[in-house]
Amino acid sequence: MQVKIPSPLYSYTKNVNVVEGQGKTVLEVLDNLNVQYPGIKFRMVDEHNKIRPHMKVFLNVDEIKDLNTSVSTTDKIMIVAALSGG
Amino acid sequence: MSKSNRILVGTRKGAFLLTSDDSRKNWKVSDPIYLGHIIHHFVKDPKSDTMIIGAKTGHLGPTVYRSLDDGKTWSEASKPPAFKQIDTGNNLESPEGPKPRSVDSVFWLTPGRIEQNGLWYAGTTPAGLFVSKDEGDTWQSVDGFNENPMYASWTVGGGTPGGIILHSILLNPKDQNHMYIGISVGGIFESKDNGSSWSPLNKGVEIVFSPVEDPEWGHDPHCIAQSQVNPDILYHQNHCGIYRIERPATVWTRIGDNMPKEIGDIGFPMVIHPRDPNCVWVFPMDGTEVWPRTSPGGKPAVYNSTDSGKTWLRQDKGLPGANAFFTVKRQAMDCDSHDDVGLYFGTSQGEVWASIDNGASWNCIVKHLPEIYSIKVG
Repeated sequence: MQVKIPSPLYSYTKNVNVVEGQGKTVLEVLDNLNVQYPGIKFRMVDEHNKIRPHMKVFLNVDEIKDLNTSVSTTDKIMIVAALSGG
Repeated sequence: MSKSNRILVGTRKGAFLLTSDDSRKNWKVSDPIYLGHIIHHFVKDPKSDTMIIGAKTGHLGPTVYRSLDDGKTWSEASKPPAFKQIDTGNNLESPEGPKPRSVDSVFWLTPGRIEQNGLWYAGTTPAGLFVSKDEGDTWQSVDGFNENPMYASWTVGGGTPGGIILHSILLNPKDQNHMYIGISVGGIFESKDNGSSWSPLNKGVEIVFSPVEDPEWGHDPHCIAQSQVNPDILYHQNHCGIYRIERPATVWTRIGDNMPKEIGDIGFPMVIHPRDPNCVWVFPMDGTEVWPRTSPGGKPAVYNSTDSGKTWLRQDKGLPGANAFFTVKRQAMDCDSHDDVGLYFGTSQGEVWASIDNGASWNCIVKHLPEIYSIKVG
């Protein structure tokens, strides 16, 4: 399935903004991405598999909080670095 | 402390290297390293070419970057500091109730002793102590502290606006089992068994924000420093004053009472002379009313004592005489080990100031960097 990557994580994907991930849940997809791009998961998700405060994960058009949400191969995941800062 | 003519600078927006020739007067600024990352600490191991950066961004979680070739190339740690995934019961209080700890930032880095190649310690927010035995590539929890049955009590005092910070990891160079840590807010703790168990070391330290009179812990050490020539001598800049202790004594003496009353003894950094354990420098800040954390009266000055804090000398030659509201954070002041000791501090305005005559006079050597979080000679 397609996973859209935000620019703060391009250093892991070598500037590729849409990558392929595999898994039956969002968490499994992120774990799969971490195999392909070591270290990427911990920048988005903490040690308790909780999405970090300024990151958002969308499954198709719906924001999800539970990484155990099931996914299918036709779904699309979009990871967003929430607008913030100064 | 190093005889190097190089300063490692960590800022709110990246890391930089400042290098000079032996004059220490002509400084060049490197290109930014990890531009945009929040760099709380940028430290070189004096016994190797290893440098380590504690980093995060406004969005991304914390990590560690490392260079094994003196800053030429960099890579990310394959296993950054992280608390255990299981609920060990040492949770943090939150408005929603207790919640498991997750590392928010890698705040402090300390390389191992001279004989401990590859060893590093890291302190985090919320308060966590981690160790790496492979030059910072993989990090493990120091369970003697992180899973200590007293952890929740020691850290219950809340934290700074940035969280509960574990900092000032000090390794006794003459005893591989002896180390100290500071927690803001929590106090100073000591281990005599290489981190397996810990005891508070806060007697004599004032605490104005606790309902308990003279508690064993809950204090707010901002920065602790240990003499490298006599590791029994420690100083610390606390939220409530400047203190000294000479072990095996267990009671701190408030040497900040000898500071000028109009200046006070509040501040963040604490620096000890590389060869003289009686010589220290502090950078006082305004700790009145709402705690501006800026130079008192808008007149920045370093204060130096050469007699263990009995008397203090104001050192402000070259520093702005008015309308200069510097903030110097706890990691943002260091010294080198030249015969005429070089002192360096970085400000929240992105300036680095240097003295190459033991603090007698100062020059601004770099302007316009991002807000400076750490300064280390190396």
